[in-house]
Amino acid sequence: MLSQSAPKFSSTGTQATRIVGALTIIVMTWVLISGLVFTPADVVQGESVRIMYVHVPSAWVAYLAFIVTAIASAFYIFAKRHSLGFDRVAGASAEVGVMFMVITLVTGSLWGRLTWGEFWQWDPRLTTTAFLLVTYVGYLAVRRLDGSVEQRARRSAVIALLAVLEIPLVHFSVVFWRSLHQRATILDPNGDVKMDGLMLFTLFTGVVGFTLVFVWLILHRQRTMLLSDLANQSGLDAAILARQNESVSI
Amino acid sequence: MKKTAIKTAKRRVASAVFIKDLRIEARSRVVTNQVLPFAGLIMVMFAFALDNDDVLQRVAGGLIWLATIFSLFIIVQRSFAIDTSDSALDSLRVAGIDLSAVFFGKAVALTLQLIALDVVLIGAAFLLYQIQVSALGVVLLVTCVVCATTGLGFVGTLYGGLTAGTNGRETLLPLLLLPVVAPVLIAATRATEAALGSSGAEISEGWAWVGLLTIFAAVFGVGGSLAFGPLIDE
Repeated sequence: MLSQSAPKFSSTGTQATRIVGALTIIVMTWVLISGLVFTPADVVQGESVRIMYVHVPSAWVAYLAFIVTAIASAFYIFAKRHSLGFDRVAGASAEVGVMFMVITLVTGSLWGRLTWGEFWQWDPRLTTTAFLLVTYVGYLAVRRLDGSVEQRARRSAVIALLAVLEIPLVHFSVVFWRSLHQRATILDPNGDVKMDGLMLFTLFTGVVGFTLVFVWLILHRQRTMLLSDLANQSGLDAAILARQNESVSI
Repeated sequence: MKKTAIKTAKRRVASAVFIKDLRIEARSRVVTNQVLPFAGLIMVMFAFALDNDDVLQRVAGGLIWLATIFSLFIIVQRSFAIDTSDSALDSLRVAGIDLSAVFFGKAVALTLQLIALDVVLIGAAFLLYQIQVSALGVVLLVTCVVCATTGLGFVGTLYGGLTAGTNGRETLLPLLLLPVVAPVLIAATRATEAALGSSGAEISEGWAWVGLLTIFAAVFGVGGSLAFGPLIDE
């Protein structure tokens, strides 16, 4: 049940989010400059390798976001006290995950056009990623269904947990179907790094920077969700009070 | 209550729901009078669109399963529309009966309707697309139909329960269901192609796909029985 009291904050920013935001700006500025200026072009892929500095961190954040959604949903369902905070974190994380998954697919398609000559290939990893995106678009649609916040939380938590069952099945069925995706190139089977030192450092700072963006967005989004839920609740309370006053005046 | 008594009560509820759903279909004949002609029309439309006998024979397996999945949406929505129109689902819920039993009853009824639909669709494919099948292929085909429709029955009932009574359920159900049934479409199509010998596929290749269909049915049978109650609960 939502708290009936007024929200304690008038904005979604706190000291912690401001620190995370400042760190994000610093790291992302470095990634931008290093990725576009300092790092060399790849011997084989040429300038198109710079897409990697966005593509790989986006994919990482998207998968991280969906894992956070699943874990928060599990906490909501299985914890004794069904805290709506878990639901809001799950919803915020799914929204951010969908955004980063779209970035992953768009940057991957651009890279594929330059490298494979095609925007799209029916490769297991690509196909599973596309299905993952559609699954979480469906999850967000379920969150917008009619009903109370508790209904929304329960339905969406169950859908998020069902997605955990669904994704491996989709992946393995598509793996059996066909395979083409470029294998991991950063580490070879012996664990040896096969990448220029600055390129690797830029890629890792990209992963850190995108993760900070994810954290910053989640912190703000789950608070805007709380404000939205409180606003809906106070609107309902006001309507009930108005009806009660009507009956008293009669 | 003892465990055996609980099991018996569950079985009774499941069979009552199963019989109720089939009785409604027997009286309304929506599947036979509307869904079957719709699925048959899809098969004819595919023939118009592809317009090549060789291509049709090669892709017949996929067309059968696509028509089945499109029909699944209609059958599921119809089944839950009946249950929600007079708040019948709410009555079942407040009656305090085990909702996993309701899930199994509805899923088995849906599976049976899908099997009947597939028998007709495969027959239509024999007539329209001139496909052929060996005796061993028939065994694979029958097993594939049973496993695939069981998985579709479970997953259709689960997501049908979620969207029942909500605004925009007509569009939400395909959005939620299509990504989930993708493994069934891929696996059932490959198994059917192996059974029919399309594109030089061997019958032995089909059994691995039937294994995947069985895993899918088991996963969503267990997952559905656990999730159906919380999904439809108010």
